[in-house]
Amino acid sequence: MDLSTHDQLPPAPPAFLAWVRQNLFRTWYDSLLTIVSCVVVYLALSGAIRWVFTTADWSPITQNMTLFLVGQYPRDELWRLGIAVGLVSFFLGLSWGLWSGVMRSFALTLIGFYLFLALLPGTSLAAGIRLFLGLNAGLVVLSYWLARRWPPPSNYLLAGWIVSAIVGFFLLRGHAALPALERVEINLWGGLIVTAILAIGGILISFPFGVLLALGRRSTLPVVSAFSTAFIELIRGVPLISILFLFSLIVPLFLPANMRFDRMLRALVGMIVFSAAYTAENVRGGLQAIPSGQYEAAYAIGLRNLQITLLIVLPQALRKVIPAIVGQFISLFKDTTLASGVAVLEILSIGRSVLQGNPEYIGLQAEVFVFVAAIFWIFSYSMSVSSRRIETQLGVGQS
Amino acid sequence: MDPSASTNGNDPIIVCRDVHKWFGAFHALKGIDMDVARGEVIVIFGPSGSGKSTFIRTINRLEEHQQGSIVVDGIELTHDVRNIAAIRSEIGMVFQQFNLFPHLTVLDNVSLAPVWVRKWPKDQAKKQAMELLERVGIPEQADKHPGQLSGGQQQRVAIARALAMQPKIMLFDEPTSALDPEMIKEVLDVMVNLAKSGMTMLVVTHEMGFARAVAHRMFFFDEGKVVESGTPDQIFNQPQQDRTKLFLSQILQH
Repeated sequence: MDLSTHDQLPPAPPAFLAWVRQNLFRTWYDSLLTIVSCVVVYLALSGAIRWVFTTADWSPITQNMTLFLVGQYPRDELWRLGIAVGLVSFFLGLSWGLWSGVMRSFALTLIGFYLFLALLPGTSLAAGIRLFLGLNAGLVVLSYWLARRWPPPSNYLLAGWIVSAIVGFFLLRGHAALPALERVEINLWGGLIVTAILAIGGILISFPFGVLLALGRRSTLPVVSAFSTAFIELIRGVPLISILFLFSLIVPLFLPANMRFDRMLRALVGMIVFSAAYTAENVRGGLQAIPSGQYEAAYAIGLRNLQITLLIVLPQALRKVIPAIVGQFISLFKDTTLASGVAVLEILSIGRSVLQGNPEYIGLQAEVFVFVAAIFWIFSYSMSVSSRRIETQLGVGQS
Repeated sequence: MDPSASTNGNDPIIVCRDVHKWFGAFHALKGIDMDVARGEVIVIFGPSGSGKSTFIRTINRLEEHQQGSIVVDGIELTHDVRNIAAIRSEIGMVFQQFNLFPHLTVLDNVSLAPVWVRKWPKDQAKKQAMELLERVGIPEQADKHPGQLSGGQQQRVAIARALAMQPKIMLFDEPTSALDPEMIKEVLDVMVNLAKSGMTMLVVTHEMGFARAVAHRMFFFDEGKVVESGTPDQIFNQPQQDRTKLFLSQILQH
């Protein structure tokens, strides 16, 4: 076969210098813009880097790292949190090994985060905690390897996640009847663990409710459809902060005193309700995009309504709305900061209380808020990367 | 060929009497009568909007008729849900736009209904699906998704999917109208083989070569009514109605 004579090859891409000339210096004002932008970018970047590494005083963060991570959780009881974190590392590693995809970017983010905390010099973290965090990074890799070597069945792993979530919560919470696990009031929990519980709990629990609401809104049963529509429109017409106030201040008034539950859980319920309404509208968009021919074909082969929803409609509708849903979950994650408005000590309010409680940190607001912003950015970006991963994973063979 | 195939001894499998259908105020079907015998191949043709697609869709109740009666294999079509599911599992349908499930592989498209409706074990359903894919000539595409296949291949998968329920009747709603010309033959070949195997078929199509080759009777629809019916020989060589002659001259002149 002689390619050179018969098949015309595509034109070669321009060489680097030619590309620069073509795109950056074609006319005098192109050149001017290029030079000015380079100067601006240089000044901004070098200023930022100099600030981060020399000018900035990170002591409010390094000296209070434990506070940022766990809030007022009793320091003698941190071993319980350790077990919970260990469970997360273990199952995340297994999930990475078995499911790859999304779990891979979450696992890598978490490994990076563990190592960052373990190796960052000058923080208040005790040597034992640093060692523990370092070992957790290893645990993720180890369990990844285990899952590659002996892959567990998917549903066992899923069950493992659910069981470990319940066990972890019970461990953190403790129980009055158990002397070794004394009760730790949830109001003492704080920092990153609260942000994580609000975000992960809110996302995972709101999702099935959102799907049900979306299906309910399209239901042919008038009561179901009216209720779903009313719920969705009511919640979407109200700012999140007011829903959080509603759940933390007003709802307890209607409940008997022994049924009142902790501030954090009230905030969590508020976030779930809020997020479910938005998930429902996103999912409904996906449901509407399913052509009627899909229903007709499914009816024609004898499937029943529930089977059509579960086997044909939802799998297609959900993959159409992954970008929208992930975007909504990212904003829910960032909206956990609003829970500070109802006295839940998530990571932003820890930052604020650190600044307010310590006169020696006056003037160091920028450092604290940059740190909090960086934490949010890392995890949001990891979610956004994983969303693109799911899209490519599921996009195979889509017509 | 016996022109009155519907009465040649065995009971008709489909009996339609005075079937009416309205879309809002639009009278789409104006009293259709049709008896179809077991093993009979019926070709329905006519101008667009004549009600031919609507009619075959009433037979598996994708459209509900509002007057008259339709009896399929001894079961009358009513509002009873179990009744409808029972009838749909006896009838396979092939659509103009294929309507394959894009998120499932070809093999899963074909084995889905036997697993979930007939409650077959997965292995058995997949084995049958492979046999059907061989029958329609594309076993090598089993693990692909519909979007990776040509139109002709997709339509053959759709035929295999319908056959997977081992239906007594197959409905074809313009199965080749959405295909590029070079792919029409591969689909028609599968349909011809199916017709020769003794399947009862109702085919809405303008493929007159197919009609001439395998149809037992042809029905010409216009404005919601059967204008004329008869064997292919009667329809092509001695059409009685002017409307039929005009329509045939329009579609056969090229």
